[in-house]
Amino acid sequence: MTLANDLLLEMQRRMLRIRLFDERASKMVKRGEIPGTVHTSIGQEAQVVGACMALAEGDYMTGNHRSHGHPIGKGAALGPLMAELQGKATGVCMGKGGSMHLADFKVGSLGESGIVGSSIPIATGAALSSKVLGTGRVSLAFFGDGAANQGCLYEAMNLASVWGLPIVFLCENNQYALSTPAHTVTAGRVSDRATGFNMPGVRVEDGQSVLTVHDAVRTAVDRARAGKGPSLVEVVTYRFNEHSEGLRLAVDYRNAAEKESWLKRDPVKMFRSYLLEQGVADEATLAGLENDVAEEVEAAVRFSEESPYPEPHVAFKDVYTVPFGVTQ
Amino acid sequence: MTVTSYLGAIGAAQREAMEADPRVIIFGEDVEANVYGTMGGKSRADKGDFLQMFGPNRIRNTPISEEVMVGAAAGAAMTGLRPIVDLSYSTFLYMAMDQFVNQVAKSRYMFGGQASLPVVFRSAMFYGLSTAAHHSDRPYPMFMNVPGLKIMVPSTPTDAKGLLRTAVDMDDPVMSFEACLLWGMKEDVQDGEFRIPFGVARTVREGKDCTIVAISTGVPAAMQAAQKLEAEGISVEIIDPRTLVPFDSQAVLNSVGRTGRLVIADPANKTCGAAAEISAIVAEEAFDCLKAPIMRVTTPDTHVPFSPAIEKQLYPNAEKIADAVRKAMAAKTRS
Repeated sequence: MTLANDLLLEMQRRMLRIRLFDERASKMVKRGEIPGTVHTSIGQEAQVVGACMALAEGDYMTGNHRSHGHPIGKGAALGPLMAELQGKATGVCMGKGGSMHLADFKVGSLGESGIVGSSIPIATGAALSSKVLGTGRVSLAFFGDGAANQGCLYEAMNLASVWGLPIVFLCENNQYALSTPAHTVTAGRVSDRATGFNMPGVRVEDGQSVLTVHDAVRTAVDRARAGKGPSLVEVVTYRFNEHSEGLRLAVDYRNAAEKESWLKRDPVKMFRSYLLEQGVADEATLAGLENDVAEEVEAAVRFSEESPYPEPHVAFKDVYTVPFGVTQ
Repeated sequence: MTVTSYLGAIGAAQREAMEADPRVIIFGEDVEANVYGTMGGKSRADKGDFLQMFGPNRIRNTPISEEVMVGAAAGAAMTGLRPIVDLSYSTFLYMAMDQFVNQVAKSRYMFGGQASLPVVFRSAMFYGLSTAAHHSDRPYPMFMNVPGLKIMVPSTPTDAKGLLRTAVDMDDPVMSFEACLLWGMKEDVQDGEFRIPFGVARTVREGKDCTIVAISTGVPAAMQAAQKLEAEGISVEIIDPRTLVPFDSQAVLNSVGRTGRLVIADPANKTCGAAAEISAIVAEEAFDCLKAPIMRVTTPDTHVPFSPAIEKQLYPNAEKIADAVRKAMAAKTRS
């Protein structure tokens, strides 16, 4: 499929938004400016953006603890996301979710789950809404290779298949569940498991290519929207940073040669070269884009830092629609 | 008014909610065949009514997959539907604990109010019917410990119908714990739609000597106890909280303020049970009013055995409740 130039540039812009946001967040963690734990999507931008841009604006999406990339890829504003990471009142979740639990309903991001695999049934339910109400919306459930061994994934795939729900199950196989190599805990290929649920299963070996990912997910989204039911897409990728920022493990579970070979396949750099080679953009355009995104990220940090922390009573807000019991 | 069973009342509330709002759907195991009798007309014999009335888009049999049933209901509720999920036996709720606790209960809160979860999870407590430990629990206290969930425990057909309708219309997740021993209970129930608010207790019977807070099947047992005690000259007031979350503590405190004595009849296990929480509320808020120690009549902390010879003794019954009231009446208070 040939994509319009503005779409290609938008892909690069979104990958840059993730890259620069996460690089900035990583620095802020080291300086103690972000409390708690942070998992970056650096290295996985092509897989996130390729999938998100295969969705329409009104489509739904859920994800996991590696949470920043998904809403950014779906088009969320960066300021409230950064404010959420810092636990500010203006955070997208009012400072009650933090880095691992971002959600931005305005862009269809129904929430990232800190429990591995646990958001997959939620995305399935959103697909049920679409089917019952006839809204034509598609759901996409992001999950990692770790979640590929959670029972709820197979409950969800089975239900989605028998009910013909418009959903894409997207396995972000970055090859390690924290330190555990996927091949040591996962029998066979994740994508092959689709066969058992009577749905298409594809494996994208080159998850560092945003166009390859986009193409595969687009096929699955089109199928879902056409009422033909769910698909499973497994994308092989690699996270460049540690599982979480600041994590120091005694054992180097990823060997140097492997890391080196994946670092050479930096999705942002690769796509930049592609855009130049194909004449989609010149050097000045790309430098301008990079500058714009860098400014956008800095503005998000300023927005966050100028924002107040939540008032104490906010700890009791939104437990229920109308508060009762303890409220302050 | 129509004489309606507890089961029929649940069916009527569901039917009226389905008719009133196309966003209401029902799914669960065996709902299409009306196996448990709540998807049909006035009796269990009216099979398959709901499927004919509302069609397969809104009445859906599920695979036996509680985790995705509960999670999908949450996701559907967050995106415009108002699902009623029939989980049949209340012990099956445990299969979906992650979804209940981490998703259903927390999503509104964790996402800063962006998520709304208008969803009802119905389950039946089959205790007292020789179904043994895997089918007999009364698990509502576990869920009382999870902020974000609302909990209803109706003890009459009227309450079952009115509370369930309120639950469907509410934007918070509700767990309905229905007692199978009450399924056949019949009374005159108001025809058509009506709603009973959550967090408003019902005074089942007025009295002046001792308050009994009774939950679910504890209510009819407390009524029998009250009749026995009346013959002994003891006047008992019975309060049915109807919903445990929110809990109408004011109604209980007002009653204890008048009687000075409290017995709680709760068919759940004793430790950290509903009775324990109610006791603590009264001890904290109304200690000065108490003329006697608070008595809990609960199921002891054991599992439910299969044999009826040893099961029936475990639950609160009229005799145990009456004994507790007599003890409270006999307690010597410091002057």
